[in-house]
Amino acid sequence: MKGKWWKYLCIVLIFYTLIMGLLGKVPRLAIVNEGIRNLYFHVPMWFGMILILLMSVIYSIRYLRSGNMVDDIWAAESTQVGMIMGILGIITGMMWAQYTWGTYWHGDPKQNGAAIGLLIYFAYSILRGAIQDEQQRGRISAVYNIFAYACLIPLLFILPRLTDSMHPGSGGNPGFNTYDLDRNMRLVFYPSIIAWTLLGWWIVSLRARLRIVEEHLQEEKLEETFAD
Amino acid sequence: MIFQEILQLVRKDIQLELRERYAINSLLLYISSTIFICYLSFSLSGQNLPQPTWNTLFWIIMLFSSIHTISKSFGNEQLSRFYYYYYLSSPEAIILAKIIYNTILLSLIALMGLGLYSLVLGYPVQDHALFLLNLVLGTLGFSGTLTLISGISAKAGNNMTLMSILSFPIIIPMLLMLIRVSKQAMDGLDRSVSWDELLNLMGLNFIVIALSYLLFPYIWRS
Repeated sequence: MKGKWWKYLCIVLIFYTLIMGLLGKVPRLAIVNEGIRNLYFHVPMWFGMILILLMSVIYSIRYLRSGNMVDDIWAAESTQVGMIMGILGIITGMMWAQYTWGTYWHGDPKQNGAAIGLLIYFAYSILRGAIQDEQQRGRISAVYNIFAYACLIPLLFILPRLTDSMHPGSGGNPGFNTYDLDRNMRLVFYPSIIAWTLLGWWIVSLRARLRIVEEHLQEEKLEETFAD
Repeated sequence: MIFQEILQLVRKDIQLELRERYAINSLLLYISSTIFICYLSFSLSGQNLPQPTWNTLFWIIMLFSSIHTISKSFGNEQLSRFYYYYYLSSPEAIILAKIIYNTILLSLIALMGLGLYSLVLGYPVQDHALFLLNLVLGTLGFSGTLTLISGISAKAGNNMTLMSILSFPIIIPMLLMLIRVSKQAMDGLDRSVSWDELLNLMGLNFIVIALSYLLFPYIWRS
């Protein structure tokens, strides 16, 4: 039972987010209208992605220090799930952009930044595919992962500063805090960040554990064939 | 101690280069052909390119030449010599020496490239000092970022495609800052406008070089 509490918390918060997010009270605003509910689904994807990719970097650092294959598996699976959250973030953002700004791809700096971030992690998975030896793959992809994350973070801060963004809170647009994120929305928005991040981490842990079991089974199979 | 080691390694690289003259000549030809292709493709007879196009095109040519130059950092030495040199010195010295050497090489190529580029496509820059400072920061940043990536792609089979796909997304923030400062230098804006970006660029350069220094030993030992 110990160590499982966050999974229960995740289930509760996901249902809370879904129910309150779709049925709760939201302010009536021009243009966004009911679209404002996307705040509970689009924005947490980004928070989740950044946090899960951060976990992946932490596992990469641990791998470089320990050389334990388990850390490498955790790092790789985290980037996979981080990428899926990034893709979902882009899709939800594109739908939102279509209904509020009028086009799916608006050339908004945050949109472009997200696309570049995805390019980095696609390159990461191609790099993993290019190396055969397990230890070497782990080490080299860990180095790239750390380097890429360190270069991604300035990107997320620099790009929106270079050109005006239509996202709230930048380019002269007031942030959600200032006028339209009222108390009711906050009560759903913050839990929703925790909910989606925990769900992402749950998926990571399932996938990583599955991979570890698979590796063990493969090793046992190899040992059996050699024993025969 | 490490400074002497770095100095020795840089000297070794420069001597090798001066003896063979292969890399620098081929790179100069590479950048000249690229510039000439751009010039012919725009088919400008006497009139200049629009300023933003001039600027962006210059930096894109620089980016591709840099990737091309640096992708050879760890590939072109013979294997036996490679082992001999590199078991004598520490990985930290190797990466810093390679970054310094690549910066020198890139600055040379950038300056000559700029000369030829200005000759055929015009030179609409007003603040020369800022433009050159930006160019130097750019070559330092490119070599800081790309040298580590080149080490990574050398360990992963040394193919050019991998080098490009690994470096393009990572270099974008730096490239955008460089293009912005260089545009401000072209317009001759007051230097205080560019100060913020220059600081950001220096910060980025510091981050990538420090990370290369910290991370390179791990790929070297594998």
